[in-house]
Amino acid sequence: MESQQVLVYIKAVDKIFRRGSEEIHVLGGLDLEIPEGEFLALMGPSGSGKSTLLNIIGGLDRPSEGRVDIGGERIDQMSERRLAGWRARHVGLVFQFYNLMPTLSAERNVELPLLLTHLSRSERRKHVDIALDVVGLSHRKAYFPKTLSGGEQQRVGIARAIVTDPTLLLCDEPTGDLDAKSSDEILDLLQALNREHGKTIIMVTHDSHAAKCASRTLFLNKGRLSAEQVA
Amino acid sequence: MKFLSLLLSGFRRKKTRTILTLLSILVAFVLFGYLAAVKQAFDMGVSVAGADRLLTRHRISLIRPLPESYEPRIERIKGVSNAVHSTWFGGVYQKPTNFFPQIAVPPEDFMDVYPEYLLDDEEKTAWLETRTGAIAGRALADRYGWKIGDRIPLEATIWQKKDGGQTWEFDLVGIYEGAEKGTDTGQFFFRYDYLDEARMMGAGQVGWYTLRIDDPENAARVAAEIDEEFANSPYETKTEPEGAFLQGFANQMGNISIMLKAILSAVFFTILLVTGNTMAQAVRERTQEIAVLKALGFTHTGVLFLVLFEAMLIVCTGGFAGLALAWFLTTYGDPTKGALPVFFIPLADLAVGVLIVLLMGLAAGILPAIQAQRLRIADALRR
Repeated sequence: MESQQVLVYIKAVDKIFRRGSEEIHVLGGLDLEIPEGEFLALMGPSGSGKSTLLNIIGGLDRPSEGRVDIGGERIDQMSERRLAGWRARHVGLVFQFYNLMPTLSAERNVELPLLLTHLSRSERRKHVDIALDVVGLSHRKAYFPKTLSGGEQQRVGIARAIVTDPTLLLCDEPTGDLDAKSSDEILDLLQALNREHGKTIIMVTHDSHAAKCASRTLFLNKGRLSAEQVA
Repeated sequence: MKFLSLLLSGFRRKKTRTILTLLSILVAFVLFGYLAAVKQAFDMGVSVAGADRLLTRHRISLIRPLPESYEPRIERIKGVSNAVHSTWFGGVYQKPTNFFPQIAVPPEDFMDVYPEYLLDDEEKTAWLETRTGAIAGRALADRYGWKIGDRIPLEATIWQKKDGGQTWEFDLVGIYEGAEKGTDTGQFFFRYDYLDEARMMGAGQVGWYTLRIDDPENAARVAAEIDEEFANSPYETKTEPEGAFLQGFANQMGNISIMLKAILSAVFFTILLVTGNTMAQAVRERTQEIAVLKALGFTHTGVLFLVLFEAMLIVCTGGFAGLALAWFLTTYGDPTKGALPVFFIPLADLAVGVLIVLLMGLAAGILPAIQAQRLRIADALRR
């Protein structure tokens, strides 16, 4: 690692998908460093490899070649079991379609990552209350996802992502399914998490308005970094 | 325990499907419990048969009589400690559907050979002193509301009286209890001398002999010696352990055990398919949710156990409720209102039921669980 401030270090990462005998190169020789505390936006056309890169950084997928270090740990060589534990401790994930459990209330959804910890029930509840308070949804904690608006569901998704106090927040088009007002609220929330709580955020987006909230924007094209824009 | 709400939440997803699956499992295990009780009723004599008791009957058929004079000859054979003869009466009480076994026996020898029929001393004395005296089992007495002192009339179907009458009257002098839960208390015993003196035909003939032997190890030798003793006579005998005899008697209706096993196998196989399909469908519907759980940090093995426990939970809930319900229902007694001598689920069958519940849960959940375990996060999230 070159510097203590670098949280994400990616070197010569390739990602190849195989469909029958066909090989699809999604990422090719990608190098990237992301300092701790940065709010980074990843933009690019569909199929450019944004989500694949996000998955690799989050330990949800593995590169075909190259190395990935997050917070000083080389995650591309971790066993599945170790990687799952690492994800639980260090990564918070926010999805475009929220991906909440429809049969669990908001607070139970937020509690899910804490089930993997050794926290007692009362401690888990305390953490859940704090996370829901941060996203401004304490009053809706007993509600089930289908009774919440899209913006509220995404806030629950964000509360679930931050409840374990992870180092890294990965957001895959977090405003892609929201109207403009809700979208702004979510972006404000992400900015607050970045500025006030020091979270490192990597956000994949198609929306240039959303990308403006980030401190830096990287453009991907055909699996390679094509441009960079600093706010 | 902390994962319980997550497991239970799966049941809420499709409430109708969950309820129907639970009900089908519950009904299958109620059926299991009931059939186990029916099987116990048919096997009852076999399971409580004394290991030290042999039964001697006519070699050709049980319905052919043997001479009463065989008794001292049987008792002379080395290893036989006591013998008692029994004769089937086959009478009708009030109406033909009121079936229960009625057997003529010499009381003293009978009580000696069958210690599992418990009668207090006063009742024993009364039976020995009353020529028309009879005893009934507790279940039989309760079935017809009999009490000591009642006069029980039976219409003969085999044994006409010397005066041409068909009605035999008995004085109920005792009600016996069973020494074990499985002891048949649905029978009616009366004195052989009353039958023999009053019947029009068949004097000096008995149905079969039950004999106690000193050592069950000698059963084969004693049986062979008895049959040899009466070989080449007009009344050749067949001697076998009481359990084998009773099993053969029960098998006259067909092999009950095999029939019940066949029914239950078909039922459980169907339920396994229903539950397995329900679980597989539930996992397919939740592909993204399972991927999210893994993304949050649940391991592949953790997800495997979650799905497996969910299947176990649904099968165990339905299965144990079914067994409990069957147990509860059988305590209300025989649904045939007394045609079965005993009606309860033996503990061994209950244990087998519990084992089947657990194995069925495992079998229903294992394939969907492996399917969930193998799910790749990135692929599933992309769907």
